[in-house]
Amino acid sequence: MEALNPHGLSGRGIHVWRGDRHVLRHVSIDVLPGEVVHVAGPNGTGKTTLLRVLAGLLPAEEGTVGWRGRSIREERDEFNAQMAYLGHENALKGDLTAYENLHYSVGMRQLHDASEIEGTLDQLGILRCRDLPARVLSAGQRRRLAMSRIMLLGASLWVLDEPFTNLDVAGVELFSSLIGDHVAAGGMVTLAAHQGVVVPGATPRIVELD
Amino acid sequence: MRAAGLMEAGALLYARDVKLAFRRWEQVTQPVVFFLMVTTLFPLALSPDTAQLRQVAAGVVWVAALLSALLALEFMFRSDYEDGTLEQLVLCGQPLWWLALVKAAAHWTVSGLPLVVTSPLVAASLAVPGEAQWTVVASLALGTGILSFLGSVGAGLTLGVRRGSVLLSLLVLPLAMPALIFGARAVDMAIMGDSGRGPLMLLSAMLILSVTLGPFATSAALKVSME
Amino acid sequence: MWIWFHKLASPPHFYRIAGRVIPWFGWPALLLILFGLYGGLVLAPMDYQQGEGFRIFYVHVPSAIMSMFIYSIMAVAAGIGLIWRMKLAHAVAAASAPIGAWITFCALATGSLWGKPMWGTWWAWDARLTSELILLFLYLGYIALRSSIEDPQRADRASAVLALVGVINLPIIHYSVVWWNSLHQGSTMFNPGAMSIQMKWPALVMLLGFMLYYGAVLFVRLRAEVIRRERNAAWLREELGQ
Repeated sequence: MEALNPHGLSGRGIHVWRGDRHVLRHVSIDVLPGEVVHVAGPNGTGKTTLLRVLAGLLPAEEGTVGWRGRSIREERDEFNAQMAYLGHENALKGDLTAYENLHYSVGMRQLHDASEIEGTLDQLGILRCRDLPARVLSAGQRRRLAMSRIMLLGASLWVLDEPFTNLDVAGVELFSSLIGDHVAAGGMVTLAAHQGVVVPGATPRIVELD
Repeated sequence: MRAAGLMEAGALLYARDVKLAFRRWEQVTQPVVFFLMVTTLFPLALSPDTAQLRQVAAGVVWVAALLSALLALEFMFRSDYEDGTLEQLVLCGQPLWWLALVKAAAHWTVSGLPLVVTSPLVAASLAVPGEAQWTVVASLALGTGILSFLGSVGAGLTLGVRRGSVLLSLLVLPLAMPALIFGARAVDMAIMGDSGRGPLMLLSAMLILSVTLGPFATSAALKVSME
Repeated sequence: MWIWFHKLASPPHFYRIAGRVIPWFGWPALLLILFGLYGGLVLAPMDYQQGEGFRIFYVHVPSAIMSMFIYSIMAVAAGIGLIWRMKLAHAVAAASAPIGAWITFCALATGSLWGKPMWGTWWAWDARLTSELILLFLYLGYIALRSSIEDPQRADRASAVLALVGVINLPIIHYSVVWWNSLHQGSTMFNPGAMSIQMKWPALVMLLGFMLYYGAVLFVRLRAEVIRRERNAAWLREELGQ
């Protein structure tokens, strides 16, 4: 088995079974600084499973996930500090306002002051939702709110599962440019999407799961 | 922007949960109403005679409180699991056992504490003499605390499981029986005029054990449920 | 030595070794149980206080001891499976639970049968019987959790956490029940401690027989568990001659 790459995220020989189904068979993947890795494949091929394994939420039966050359199982805290995960669910509390959602969720890792939070809301085009409870926001606005959390965390690795869900055309362009800016500044992104991904300034490397 | 320490993250999580509970006031009051209703069942089923009620008061108050607290237990992690917030908690870099402890403490504040506050009313309705009231309150404060911390393990294990609430009760009730034995005994002793200190001390010891060991088991349970 | 252990844990090896071992547990178990029963029901002298009725103790006490022994084995196996991620350890825990539950039920049933001539009721809230009842609830809760979770790996790990929490609570539950029982003047069961060796030996023989029986049934269930988990594997088809 190849060595774990010392600069970014690597997965080596990952096998995952869900009951009887061999969902991931000997999957290996690398994500280096400045790269956007697009995990592609039809529904049910295990894209979400792979991203969850890479994010450390799901332990693989066999294989290793490495961050900067070390297994994430050993370096859990450092890995978590450098990784931001966006799942299918937005991880928002419906009864909290947009501002409160960010304040409480990002605050678990880092404390930001109000101006930083508002600045990010503005960047995602939802500043006017600041004091609205998340449950009254539209699906697209909620996705933008979830993305605000990713922006605020300031992590170098982004693991995004179907980030463009529920977004309108402007939203897709906005997210793509945010991803582009992130990798241009040396960050890395791996995402799952079943449509094509266009990122200004970077060509996504496609990894097919079959 | 600066990194959040253990206490800051814990305070934020606690504040979030309490704030959320108060925005859904019904979730806080429902167990209390259940408590009141269950207690009413006993005079109806047995007899309104105060001497008879006083004999069973300790057991009735305790069983009713236990069942009401059990009812609220399944909500500890349910909504976090469903909206994806639990995943983010697992990933946020704070020790998961600490977060589990804070969540159990917040859960007790919004579901156990209201029961404790209502208990004097319930006890009085069952002819518990005034001097025994404080033992009722103390024993229930300890008992509901034990249930929140010990029960958090069950709540973590049954996430996303079908018929999870019934299963949760099956898992947690045997573990709660010791607390029931000592708690009801303390109240009984107080009603008869003795000091219930012995059983209360044992109850406190059990609470300390649940608070220190429970969160570790809960964090293991949460990680398993995330798979 | 670790290689041997690892080999043991590999399903094909385990399947074959278990198959060979079962008769070595099974036959001695049968012989010991029959011998113990003969010793207890026929040979041992009658108790002057309780008459012939106490003889049920020769089944009741070994069952009660086994019920707790099996729970401990289940918890240890679950812990090993959880920490070292050994599938075989999880299988041992899964296979032991129903055996333990049935033995606990036997202990309760024989205790109840004993109680009828002694106390006149089919059930008495005696300390040991109540403890056994709560133990049965713990077993049933474990089995219920396992069957409610569909994903087998998650079921293994979740029930492992439950077994460990249960085993830590077991002494607490037991002692609180003993304390509770001592407060109220209930009837206590025949205490096997104060007995001569002449009366005691059949119970020890029965206990040994029960342990071997557990071993035999455990291996039979484990083989079935291996078949179930490996049902798509090539080695199994060869083994079963298909």
